[in-house]
Amino acid sequence: MAAAEREIITPVVGGSELTALQRVTRSFDRDQLLWSSGFLAGLAETRANVVPLQSARGHEWHIFYATETGNSRRVAERLAGEATAAGLSTVVQDLRDVRPKVLKNIDSAVFVVATHGVGDAPEGSEPFFEFWLSDKAPRLESLDFSVLALGDSSYADFCEVGKRFDARLRELGATAVVKRVDCDLDFEKPAEAWTKQILEQASKTVETNKSAHAAHLTSVPAKPEYGREHPFNADILTRQSITGRGSTKDVRHIELDLEGSGLVYQPGDSIGVLPSNPPQLVATLLQATGLEDDVVVDVDGESTTLQEALSNDKEITVLSRPVLDAVAESHPKLRSILESRDSFSKYLETHQLIDLIHEFPYDWQPQELVDALRRLTPRLYSIASSPDANPGEAHLTVAVVNYDAYGRQHWGSASNFLAGDAASAPIYVEPNDHFRLPTDGDTSIIMIAAGTGVAPFRAFVEHRREHANRGKNWLFFGERNFSSDFLYQLEWLRYRKEGALNNLDVAFSRDQKDKIYVQHRLLEKGADVYDWLEHGAYFYVCGDMKTMAPDVDRALHSIVREHGGMSADRATEYIDDLKRAGRYQRDVY
Amino acid sequence: MSGSAITPVEEIKARSDYLRGTIEDSLADDATGALAEDDTQLAKFHGFYQQDDRDLRAERTRQKLEPAHSFMIRVRVPGGIATPAQWLEMDRLARRYGNQTLRLTTRQAFQFHGIIKRDLKATIAAINGALLDTIAACGDVNRNVMCTPLAERSDIHTAAYEVSKAISAHLTPNTSAYHEIWLDKKRVAGSEDHEPIYGATYLPRKFKIGVVIPPSNDVDIFSQDLGFIAIEEDGKLAGFNVTAGGGMGMHHGEPDTYPRVADIIGFCKPAQAVAVAEQVVKIQRDHGDRTNRKHARLKYTIDDNGLDWFREELNRRLGFDLQAKRPFRFLTRGDEIGWSLDAHGQWHLAVFVPQGRLADVGDVKMLSALAAIAKVHKGTFRLTANQNLIISGVADEEKNGVDRLLERHGVRSSDSLSPLRKQALACVALPTCALAMAEAERYLPTITDKLESLLARHGLGNEPVSLRITGCPNGCARPYLAEIGLVGKAPGQYSLFLGGNHDGSRLNKLASENMNESEILETLDRWLGYYASKRNPGETLGDFIDRKGLTLPWTD
Ligand code: SRM
Ligand SMILES: Cc1cc2nc3c(=O)[nH]c(=O)nc-3n(C[C@H](O)[C@H](O)[C@H](O)COP(=O)(O)OP(=O)(O)OC[C@H]3O[C@@H](n4cnc5c(N)ncnc54)[C@H](O)[C@@H]3O)c2cc1C
Ligand SMILES: Cc1cc2nc3c(=O)[nH]c(=O)nc-3n(C[C@H](O)[C@H](O)[C@H](O)COP(=O)(O)O)c2cc1C
Ligand code: SF4
Repeated sequence: MAAAEREIITPVVGGSELTALQRVTRSFDRDQLLWSSGFLAGLAETRANVVPLQSARGHEWHIFYATETGNSRRVAERLAGEATAAGLSTVVQDLRDVRPKVLKNIDSAVFVVATHGVGDAPEGSEPFFEFWLSDKAPRLESLDFSVLALGDSSYADFCEVGKRFDARLRELGATAVVKRVDCDLDFEKPAEAWTKQILEQASKTVETNKSAHAAHLTSVPAKPEYGREHPFNADILTRQSITGRGSTKDVRHIELDLEGSGLVYQPGDSIGVLPSNPPQLVATLLQATGLEDDVVVDVDGESTTLQEALSNDKEITVLSRPVLDAVAESHPKLRSILESRDSFSKYLETHQLIDLIHEFPYDWQPQELVDALRRLTPRLYSIASSPDANPGEAHLTVAVVNYDAYGRQHWGSASNFLAGDAASAPIYVEPNDHFRLPTDGDTSIIMIAAGTGVAPFRAFVEHRREHANRGKNWLFFGERNFSSDFLYQLEWLRYRKEGALNNLDVAFSRDQKDKIYVQHRLLEKGADVYDWLEHGAYFYVCGDMKTMAPDVDRALHSIVREHGGMSADRATEYIDDLKRAGRYQRDVY
Repeated sequence: MSGSAITPVEEIKARSDYLRGTIEDSLADDATGALAEDDTQLAKFHGFYQQDDRDLRAERTRQKLEPAHSFMIRVRVPGGIATPAQWLEMDRLARRYGNQTLRLTTRQAFQFHGIIKRDLKATIAAINGALLDTIAACGDVNRNVMCTPLAERSDIHTAAYEVSKAISAHLTPNTSAYHEIWLDKKRVAGSEDHEPIYGATYLPRKFKIGVVIPPSNDVDIFSQDLGFIAIEEDGKLAGFNVTAGGGMGMHHGEPDTYPRVADIIGFCKPAQAVAVAEQVVKIQRDHGDRTNRKHARLKYTIDDNGLDWFREELNRRLGFDLQAKRPFRFLTRGDEIGWSLDAHGQWHLAVFVPQGRLADVGDVKMLSALAAIAKVHKGTFRLTANQNLIISGVADEEKNGVDRLLERHGVRSSDSLSPLRKQALACVALPTCALAMAEAERYLPTITDKLESLLARHGLGNEPVSLRITGCPNGCARPYLAEIGLVGKAPGQYSLFLGGNHDGSRLNKLASENMNESEILETLDRWLGYYASKRNPGETLGDFIDRKGLTLPWTD
């Protein structure tokens, strides 16, 4: 960062705000910078116009969101946009960035919250929810609130966080303005409806301010042309298998052409992919249900063939609640499975639609099936390339989901789509500001990856190498077999030779009797890891959510305890501090 | 090429602290299946070579994976004699750590292929546990000392074999690095290693010694840097004719590299053999070319300084003069496949090992057959210079048992094999050999079939024609001493050498380069037709071609 730039900005914007601003603008070219300056000026104007009003009425609209993959943020920002347009003065904030107690001094708040993990709060927002669900939480009589819950009905704890938070706020005496809505993966429609309701309610209480409206309109940022709603059709330049013979996995290195899309990304971001379903699977389903491929069905008011609907519109791999409920009516056995949380989630994790259709025969009518199935939703893939090292390209590291179970072949939708023969793929960039390189290139980083979790770290190291950063890089990588599964081995070895990668520690679980995983290597190197942390290193974890991430977290705690000579509680504080400082970041799935 | 600066390998040796280098760090680095670059040179002195499956090289590069690295380990077997217990251990290691095969080499040693880095230590430790070793099996030192395993003449053989063992032991490097790295011996604090014979930088190049017992020249004595031809007088070992300056290695298109047949420089008594070996090694140590590895073998040292200089230098260092060479006669080089009875009433079975590779292939389970025999065998196993195996010292009553075990494992008797096939040799080459330019071991069966039918077509089916194929001009199967030598130049392309003789004393000559299979067969077809019609009685193919000169009458 040029010193000049600092001087200009520091007086008004400092510390984390400055870093945030610099982070966002780092990848901007001259035009983008100029455009943003206009955009910011516009915002400034809006605020100016709104402030007197609100101070007059003392009424400010708070929109909070808790997100991990950006959906909640999108909904929240959209609401904010329309609210501001309607003359409301709005403040949009990520719950991970606010002190829990703020709710005490707020009279009107809207929450858009996603559920992650297994019924858990999104990464970083845990402290907020922990506080309000704990018995330390104060009463909130004066708060009017509404909750939109985002989730995925293919998880047992569907929208758990939204549900519990909603219930808790009522307990604490807050008033629900608009009834909570639980959205499945196809959240766009319900979210829109809910947004409308909110605004109607709001407009009753607050009279709008035209001038603000006008002022605002002039400054509404031109929506980036391509996004989740309007994906860019990226040519697939390369789809190279990067697992060797005899591997138990099939991992592909995919290179996407972003030329002319105007899409920009930073290391840590993901790419959303809108797949078409595997043709073999569509055929298998039609056969299993005995339905004709060319019958005409209605999908969201548009008529199309069943073949089309199953190929491009509907989710036909992962199961969701509605389709299960439909079948459960005529199958007591399934009903009992759905009743117990555990058996339900187990069933969802291990079964696909094709299994349901075989195990619980049901006389599906074309339209009925289409209605029961949820919209085909995008899959996210961590970007494995540095935009500066590979201009106009984005690379992905995709593990192909392809397995036999119950005497049937199974396919994953997006992974097979990417690995298949499609010439191009509809994609969008999903920013992730909570998985970022340190802005200071001199800061060292420790990266822990299992399997395809190595993808963002390839981007990290490429990027820091490209920018000749002096901070040290340490990679821990784990997979099954050394000879076939060491993803990007040639590149890591080359970087290590060059000095772009300072430490490389690997764990291959199936090369010896007793399984060895990354957390074991981490513990072996505990002294050095702690020493790096003490010298300001950032700690990143990417990969498997269910087992790897928690195991690594436990390992980190015991390292801090042992080598920092700390009690369990002190170690936890130490690590919470790392999280707060953005020095312990995770991207797990 | 040759400059006055010493070669990089010399520098690596010099800074290696008697062959330690950073081998232990290399073994500990689990992010790669390879060794640090310098260590790959030092590894040879410890008896193993870094290799990779060349069939997979391109594919793995696309997969962003390093080459499929594995290691070839060579086991020294002085004189090629191993006990049943040792055999069983080699068999176990081949199955446990190797690629399920055992290679019998052209220098009477064992080779394992496909050992991965993390198994190197366990394998080498186990080999030493079986009282065999790998140190100096490769590298710029004296290699496995060969000795005719001709069991029929036991008493002479025993005496000659004792000499080969003594030479091997005397020239084994002294460094304790080997024992520290592989056998966890602690380095005695402050102790300096010392190499009284080699010195800290060892030899400029590999060095090879053979002991041969006429009338067989199975060890190809004229291809050895230093050779001892056993001279028998009234049933006793009188001593040895000493040969020096043999070698096969050359490079395509580099005339100043060439194969050379050794000269006979005199005669020494059995008790003097070890001293002769030591002094020849020291001459090579002091005068060998350390500035150019392509010019560093003893054969070049001798040609550069002259044979007289060499003889005088040797006599001077010995402190006595070698006597005049004594008469002897070589008749064959191949193994007499099948059973034979010796003077002491012991039986010996020379087993034909296709391409020197012991494996279980389909229902022919040769590796298992020999393991089964090793479990009951009371004699020894003898590896031959022709990559075959002699089950030696079988008592009359156990002979049938051996036959039955072979049968039961699908190993068919070799009686039906053509003389061509019985003595054909091929080096390893692809996929493991890093230097291979063409197939050899994997190609030998095919080309032999085709040559057999050619010979048959010309009524020469029973001629003991010698065929040797190597995947590159290094000459590991001694192709330049064959009547028909094929030397790999590119995939599917060979240089054809013709005109070697049966006792291995004459080099063949380059007939033509870069030939594919059909060109090779076409040329040989003409030669064989010519030979069949124009040969003198009893004249061998090699002698005929040599007499006629290499240009076919109808081509000029
Ligand atoms: C295994 C064996 C061939 C076989 O099929 O039996 C062999 C195999 C190799 N030889 Fe050899 N040589 C083998 C006998 C020979 C012989 C024959 C002999 O010694 O009687 C020769 C010709 C005689 C000579 O030394 O001149 C021979 C001349 C070479 C050379 C050329 C040396 C030269 O002076 O130019 C090389 C390459 C080099 O040393 O640079 C070589 C190198 C090699 C290497 C180690 C390739 C390398 O350096 O990376 C080969 C390993 C292939 C593999 O995958 O196993 N090998 N090599 C023989 C092992 C003998 C042993 O037990 O020690
Ligand atoms: C932020 C983020 C980043 C990600 N980054 C990457 C990445 O870099 N690389 C990557 O490969 N993936 C990544 N993923 C995962 C990816 O998004 C997809 O979930 C994954 O590729 C599977 O999608 P699919 O459409 O191929 O399979 P789907 O059609 O979604 O089918 C998956 C379903 O199949 C069933 N199933 C799968 N395997 C089995 C099995 N062995 N036994 C029984 N049932 C099974 C389960 O029900 C599972 O839900 C990421 C996810 C997130 C959230
Ligand atoms: C790793 C992972 C775990 C998830 N676990 C749950 C869950 O337990 N319950 C649920 O309802 N939804 C779950 N979801 C679905 C998300 O809540 C859903 O994708 C939502 O749209 C994400 O919103 P966001 O983009 O704002 O994070 C999970 C999603 C991911 C990627
Ligand atoms: S002759 Fe060449 S190809 Fe054959 S083993 Fe020796 S070095 Fe390898």
